[in-house]
Amino acid sequence: MSYVLAVVLGLVAGGFAGLFGVGGGILFVPTLVALGLDHHDATGTSLLAIIPTVLVGTWRQSRYGNVRWRAALVIGVAAAAAAQGGVAVAEALSDATLRRLFAGFLALVAVQIAWRARRAEP
Amino acid sequence: MRLVLIGLVAGFFSALFGVGGGVVIVPLLLLLCAWQARVATATSLAAIGVTAVSGVVGYALHGDVRVGYAALVGVPAAVSVVGATALQQRLRTRTIELLFAVFLAGVSVWLFVK
Repeated sequence: MSYVLAVVLGLVAGGFAGLFGVGGGILFVPTLVALGLDHHDATGTSLLAIIPTVLVGTWRQSRYGNVRWRAALVIGVAAAAAAQGGVAVAEALSDATLRRLFAGFLALVAVQIAWRARRAEP
Repeated sequence: MRLVLIGLVAGFFSALFGVGGGVVIVPLLLLLCAWQARVATATSLAAIGVTAVSGVVGYALHGDVRVGYAALVGVPAAVSVVGATALQQRLRTRTIELLFAVFLAGVSVWLFVK
């Protein structure tokens, strides 16, 4: 896959991050796998790619007055601790197993987004 | 207390799958805490920042972080998120959400059979 397509998918990922708060990672990981990274590298790299996206996204949202900082801090600190458990489990799995788990997770996310869209129907 | 629980669940899956955790945080905030969608997505973005740093450090210790590739997808995303948050303040997103769900289902099948 060409690098141009990677940049385009990056743009799309940022768009979805801003619109739905679903995070760019859900698109970053498949993009990086398509670029030839193994699934573990794609996972770690995706987390780094998320950081600039959420910094800018949070800055914009805080200007609209939508961010509850105390709640974000509580969730963030608890999540940062649990993240180390996630890394440990991922590193214990084979590349193929991690990829299949991710595929299953993606299917669940697709269902959840479709459900949210239906519920928002007027 | 609910927020701590949400954080623990989100952090684990975020690091396991390399996603922000927003897919976990946003629906939980909507369901368990009955927050408004915009406030939930905005707060989730802020929480993800902290989570992602922790995950990156963990993976970097295993040599699984490729900085060049991260910039390749991350920098364009940081640019387009500005426009998207502005759009979110007024847009009807239902059609886009359904298309996105179909697209994700397709990617899921591709990764599974790959």
